[in-house]
Amino acid sequence: MIGLIGKKVGMTQTFDDSGLLTPVTVIEIKNNYVIAQRKADKEGYNAVLLGAYEMKKKRVKKPYSGQFPENITPKKHLREIRDFDIDCNIGDKLGIELLEDLRFVDIIGTTKGKGYQGVVKRHGFRGGKRSHGSKFHREAGSTGMAASPSKVYRGTGMPGRMGAERRTVQNLRVVKVDKDKQIILVKGAVPGRRGGLVIVKNAKKKE
Amino acid sequence: MELIKAVEAKQMKENAENFNVGDTIKVYFKIVEGATERIQVFEGLCIAKKHGGLRETFTVRKISYGVGVERIFPLHSPRIEKIEVVRRGRVRRAKLYYIRKKVGKAAKVNELITSKK
Repeated sequence: MIGLIGKKVGMTQTFDDSGLLTPVTVIEIKNNYVIAQRKADKEGYNAVLLGAYEMKKKRVKKPYSGQFPENITPKKHLREIRDFDIDCNIGDKLGIELLEDLRFVDIIGTTKGKGYQGVVKRHGFRGGKRSHGSKFHREAGSTGMAASPSKVYRGTGMPGRMGAERRTVQNLRVVKVDKDKQIILVKGAVPGRRGGLVIVKNAKKKE
Repeated sequence: MELIKAVEAKQMKENAENFNVGDTIKVYFKIVEGATERIQVFEGLCIAKKHGGLRETFTVRKISYGVGVERIFPLHSPRIEKIEVVRRGRVRRAKLYYIRKKVGKAAKVNELITSKK
């Protein structure tokens, strides 16, 4: 498993050689630092702790800064990547060159918050007719049966807060890796807003 | 946003935009048929330009055998060989969608006459 912390920059399009347009998402992957290692014999699993993006100095609290190795300034974002394939030591700088040979990636992000939403948007209920005398438009309708079971089953779709959840998109094709600009272009959309934190991993189900 | 612009800049054509809405233009478009490649010319009135940067597109409208035909081209497409302006038009709006409902003389765009300096 290879994984790096990045930031979604936004979307655009690219032309390929035959003139076909591909929609792409631009993801910026700046220097990731290895902050710590998790070992199976001590923590029970293998992982590396990566940190990325500088913090404002006044925002760094002492307990937080204590976990960073001496030669590394505190980083804003920390993520553990399990079973990291590449040999690295604490303090190493990892960058976009790890992703250069990949053809497909999985991307983890936090989706945009949608607020309090009804069942049509949140759970894909079909809703009722909008006209022709119908008085049933976007309601949830019945949520259960009768005296038996005389309760609403757990997991029944109801209105509520939607979005702002961790989501993984699998098998996004890598269109281009630009080492100078430290960006990677992947085909299609990626969860989250522009500027949102994403984790780029090698595709689990391809190759 | 600067990064997006930088990504797009590489693929953008220079001086791609040598025409305006209202102009009658000829689009030389490369068509790939299996192994062979040929150039098809689409001539008509540019009635709209949309989006910006690399994503910019333009719509060309012509009357073909009495039927209105509109085609949308990506401005920076590598398959556009060149764009030729046949006639400059004098228009007062950015989108000429009203032309779709006009026939005959009403569907005409006056020629742009610029004074010589």
